[in-house]
Amino acid sequence: MNIYLNKKENAAAGAVALDDLFLTKDMPTTGGSKMLDGYMSLFDAEIVSGLAAAGYEIGGKVNIGEFSIDLMGESSYYGACEKDGKLAYAASEALSEGAGAVMCLDVNGTPRRAAALYGKVFVKPTYGTVSRYGTIAVACSGETVGVMADTAAKCGEVLSAVAGHDDKDGTSLSEAECAKIKNGAEFRKITKIAVAKSICESADDAVKAKLAKFREVMGANGVEFTEVDDTVLALAKTAWNVCMSAELCNNVSRLDGVKYGYRTKNYKTIEELYTNSRTEAFGDLLKTAILFGSDALSTENYMKVYDKSLRIRRVVSERLQEIFADFDAVLMPACGKDSYTMADVKADKYMAFKEALYTAPASLTGMPAVVVGGVQLIGAAFSDQALLDAAAAFEKEAK
Amino acid sequence: MKKYETVIGLEVHIELATESKIFCSCSAKFGGEQNDHVCPACCGMPGMLPIVNKHVVDLGMTAGLMLNCDINRVTTFDKKSYYYPDLPCSYQTTQWFSPVAVNGYVPIETSKGKKNIRIKQIHMEEDAGKLVHDDWTDTTLVDFNRTSVPLCEIVSQPDLSSAEEVVAYLEQLRSRLRFAKVSGCRMEQGSMRCDVNLSVREEGSDKLGVRTEMKNMNSISAITRAIEYETARHIDALENGTEELVQETRRWDDIKGKSYAMRNKETAGDYRYFPDPNIMPIVIDDEWFDRIKGTLPELPEVKKERYISELSLSEYDAEQLTQSRALCDCFEAAYEECGQAKEVANWLISDCMNILNKKQMIADDLTIGGKALGQLIKLVLDGKVQRGNGKKILSAMFDEDITDVEQYAKDNNFIVSNDTGAIEAVIKAVVAEDTRSVADYKSGKEKALQALFGKCMRQLKGNCDPQVLRTMLIDIVNKS
Ligand SMILES: [Zn+2]
Repeated sequence: MNIYLNKKENAAAGAVALDDLFLTKDMPTTGGSKMLDGYMSLFDAEIVSGLAAAGYEIGGKVNIGEFSIDLMGESSYYGACEKDGKLAYAASEALSEGAGAVMCLDVNGTPRRAAALYGKVFVKPTYGTVSRYGTIAVACSGETVGVMADTAAKCGEVLSAVAGHDDKDGTSLSEAECAKIKNGAEFRKITKIAVAKSICESADDAVKAKLAKFREVMGANGVEFTEVDDTVLALAKTAWNVCMSAELCNNVSRLDGVKYGYRTKNYKTIEELYTNSRTEAFGDLLKTAILFGSDALSTENYMKVYDKSLRIRRVVSERLQEIFADFDAVLMPACGKDSYTMADVKADKYMAFKEALYTAPASLTGMPAVVVGGVQLIGAAFSDQALLDAAAAFEKEAK
Repeated sequence: MKKYETVIGLEVHIELATESKIFCSCSAKFGGEQNDHVCPACCGMPGMLPIVNKHVVDLGMTAGLMLNCDINRVTTFDKKSYYYPDLPCSYQTTQWFSPVAVNGYVPIETSKGKKNIRIKQIHMEEDAGKLVHDDWTDTTLVDFNRTSVPLCEIVSQPDLSSAEEVVAYLEQLRSRLRFAKVSGCRMEQGSMRCDVNLSVREEGSDKLGVRTEMKNMNSISAITRAIEYETARHIDALENGTEELVQETRRWDDIKGKSYAMRNKETAGDYRYFPDPNIMPIVIDDEWFDRIKGTLPELPEVKKERYISELSLSEYDAEQLTQSRALCDCFEAAYEECGQAKEVANWLISDCMNILNKKQMIADDLTIGGKALGQLIKLVLDGKVQRGNGKKILSAMFDEDITDVEQYAKDNNFIVSNDTGAIEAVIKAVVAEDTRSVADYKSGKEKALQALFGKCMRQLKGNCDPQVLRTMLIDIVNKS
């Protein structure tokens, strides 16, 4: 299995691994793409310095799908991670092999999906909590640095080492906002959870069973569940696909074969250099997203598609605010199925876009989300600690 | 022949005078070794995020206010995508949806009278790099020193109708923006360049003709020639059907004196603008707005009138001084110190400009302190320093930072001596040594006295009241 792209053989058990979108000076950073095969960064990502300062050892870089927009890492240039005929995920496999935690850039919900499938905990904090300085930019308006670990406590511990304001990231939360998250007092213990009705119902039986288990365990612990109308939340999927593809199309446009990265041997003109380098180095899913994004931003479609998606983003945020006026969190799955195979992905190449139904609401709005027990809780901005506490409570009661 | 009129709109790019680039801390200075002023951000390497240089926004707002624009209190940066090797990210960060300033105007005056040229908008953006072709290896190399150097683009309405108006407009822009220290606006260094949009229509018609654009014009004379050429070409096409006019971008060849259509490839394309998610909208609050408003200088033409009416300067002097903010600042500070406007003007316009010219610098490069200049002029007017020595001190002020001029003059023996004993000693020594001149003078040759006077003055380093010296010299020679 292609779990590690780079592993420090002498790293102690419990070292923290990074997914391959975080730039490191001492190891290549590829983004899972042939385009950046062997790319050495001149500087470390902010989280690398943050982890080192907090005394964490970096154990290596784990495999991801090309720029992490796919379902389960299957689009990696270095090959998918498969186990027992199913798609596994490098980050969760690394945990099973002894990594203490894995830092993942949550671009299209892939780490949340994997955590749900393989019984790990993943925290995607409020947008802006962790600096994105030194992460390969894909879909900047929503991608968030998160932590995958075996327990909520471990997620919280590692997160606190990398959270905080950073002057080098213009979207980083202010010191005051960071303090608000740290102190967490403003957010009460999670006792009332809204259930995203139609989104939960769209999942398969195995996922539904995990939802039922979560409700049962937490219900016994005094948490009240109420089903709410989630029609608006379901719109997040398409809007996120548009925003992600558009931003991705623009962000990867710098990968043109001119300055660094893969360059075709087959060119006579600069246009051929661009076209052939990109054609030869990019995978199919990425190309699909580039075309989709490019079309969304075209003069003809900008208002109809891209601008409309930005408006949907606002509407979804407003709907979530509305829900958070009465509830402490929203429950929904992080994925629709209990497992995925390479054959599934080959049969439906848009699967990663479709599965965004479950991950897009938090990606699009920047709200914090925690995956635990195979389900996902989304909280109001800055309620990260309350979500982690609820996850910890679930872990305790489920045992 | 029918009567035609030319309709011209300009897009003027000026480089903003900041120390560092717009989104990283690299130097924005002109020149330097190739790829000296670069970092991972302005080279388009992965992982860097843009952090807006606030000084760029200050200057964008200043430009807007100097050109009578409304300032958008919430201004955003947007991405414009296109592929070109000098553009490292394959997108340019610019302002598309909410530029910093809109709806302004600039008054101009030409032989046809006064007129306002409306400004549509001013937006801030980053410059691209430079391609350098290496003939030896037949390869094209990229120099990223210029990438992310802050620019602002000033877009006029199509209110201009002749080369003369265009030149007057550009000169107004240049004068105002240089005065406000927004930009050096030096066309020869590329810190001001413009795109000319031009069309021709029958006089009185309210329909615009087919528009052509000439990009990257960087001298006033080339702009004038290009406008005249294009106007003639359009009229010829309309009148004689020599060619079919198409909307296109053309390149002006100033050596051949002709414009050429550029390949379609270079101009076509959909720029796919969208808001940059990494740059939060910039909110200009009242405090920020007021701070910038408070720094706006008096307009050059207002200053000129004031120099004439309040300080009784000649039209010529006032005109010369108000060519440059640096001259005006120095003039005003020096005037405050010594109270002699005409005298200060002379020192600046002739002496200082001579020194600058010798150093191949322009008035804006003037660095001497106005207060120090005022002190110097005062010392000269009070007879404490000989005028000739004053010029020497002035020259030194360009090379070293002299804040206390009187002390400097003392330290360097430039103060006129009132010590008659010392003067007498010098005269006696000269008279004793040059017996021939003394004899000549005594035999009636007046010129011989001048020779003696000169020798004494040289030995005294000029630091002596000539009248006192002359009287004492005659006295001593006669007694000898
Ligand atoms: Zn730089």
